[in-house]
Amino acid sequence: MKTYAYYPGCSLESGSAAYDVSVRAVSKALGFGLEELDDWNCCGATEYFSQDELVATSVIARNLAICRADQKELVAPCAACFLNLKKTDHLMGEHRDVCRKVNEALAAGGLHYDPGRVRVRHLLDLIYTDIGEAALRAKAVQSLKGVRVAPYYGCQVVRPMNGFDNTEYPMKMDELFTWLGAEVVDYPVKAHCCGGHMTQISEDAAFELIRRLLDSAVEYEADMILCMCPMCQLNLDAYQARVSSFFDKNFQVPIIFFTQLLGVALGLSFEELGIGKEIVAAGPVIKARLAAQQSAANA
Amino acid sequence: MVTDTHSSHRSDFFHEVISDTPGGEQLAHCLQCGSCSGSCPNGADMQYTPRAIFAMINANRRDDVLSSNTMWCCVSCYFCTTRCPQKIPITDIMYALKRLAIVEGKAKDTDAPALAKTFTGFVEGYGRSFEFGLASRYYFFNKPLSMFKLVPMGLSMLTRGRMHLRPNKIRQVDQLRAIIARAREIGGRS
Repeated sequence: MKTYAYYPGCSLESGSAAYDVSVRAVSKALGFGLEELDDWNCCGATEYFSQDELVATSVIARNLAICRADQKELVAPCAACFLNLKKTDHLMGEHRDVCRKVNEALAAGGLHYDPGRVRVRHLLDLIYTDIGEAALRAKAVQSLKGVRVAPYYGCQVVRPMNGFDNTEYPMKMDELFTWLGAEVVDYPVKAHCCGGHMTQISEDAAFELIRRLLDSAVEYEADMILCMCPMCQLNLDAYQARVSSFFDKNFQVPIIFFTQLLGVALGLSFEELGIGKEIVAAGPVIKARLAAQQSAANA
Repeated sequence: MVTDTHSSHRSDFFHEVISDTPGGEQLAHCLQCGSCSGSCPNGADMQYTPRAIFAMINANRRDDVLSSNTMWCCVSCYFCTTRCPQKIPITDIMYALKRLAIVEGKAKDTDAPALAKTFTGFVEGYGRSFEFGLASRYYFFNKPLSMFKLVPMGLSMLTRGRMHLRPNKIRQVDQLRAIIARAREIGGRS
């Protein structure tokens, strides 16, 4: 069994615990190991970069530096964590002065990092590439036939660099759920922005971006939006009621992490996958679609 | 990497902006094509679009740029960066403008610096961010009147076990603080 170093990130410890729970459950079902990086620290999201570039990269680099020699691949499910880790490794590799300064800062903590030593991976890439179609089809015990999903990639996994998918119109999550039998809708805003931290700073600006994402999912008659970023999930799910009243709409679009629906296909229970932690419930529509499969089979 | 052969013709402000941005020297090759402005999800809210900001940087309009709201509308979606035909790290330049505006005290009509400070304050205290502490402290000091609007959402999160009322702390928080302190010294900015 291949084991990867795992960087859950702060959101997966609290607001997006359903992501963490489902990631771990799916890894067991698919037969790969996740060893949590010991004593990892927050990646700083976007908040250090607007204050001090060197502090931002040094805080991130500590996580790369504390990977053991045998931890060659570090997996991050969160978009911001993934980008920060990958970007820091990239900046240190491309710019000698950045590498020198970051290592000078790390030395204050007795650490050192050589760029390229750790390969930063996103979980979607790992499941799509390393596990792959054949193994997924073999391990899927529950068809997702009839479940209409809008695959939402957001920004920071696919841009500015990801190494596994298109930055404008990514397709890997689409393909993955097609293998599992789901009806993947052609979601034109799949890589558009959810507003990020603007929900905290300037609600009007964020609400308009959230409205476009929800409206498009409704227009394409998706049963739910699948996401892979805690911030996207929070903005689309927790703010949905307020966005609805702001625009005089009645949105009821369940927003879950892609690993949660993947787990359903692998035969895991809603409870094992954290389904039910979302504010707009996804459970009822999933149950209804799976029940419709049954009655079609019995007819 | 292509270097600028006419760097002596660039404004002082141009050099100031790119000095703190890895790969920022590409800005010398801006074609003023506007792909960035057309790609920006928040372009409509900006006083000056990214394309205009780059022309203003070249024209040395330091005060106008640093006191504008442009960079504060940037949500780091990186559409501009991946679409720029000249490979200018535009999102990173927006970060550089945010840093300069904060240092100069020119950031106005935005709570973004306060959110950033509150966020990183928790990281320096615990080594991890702390969503409940961040939201309550940030709103209390910056948007006290908005707090009541968030109560229903907060309760929904709490009842679903999505809001932890205590932070997690890493073991080697002193090591992290030493790294941050050294990085600040090297960068020459507090």
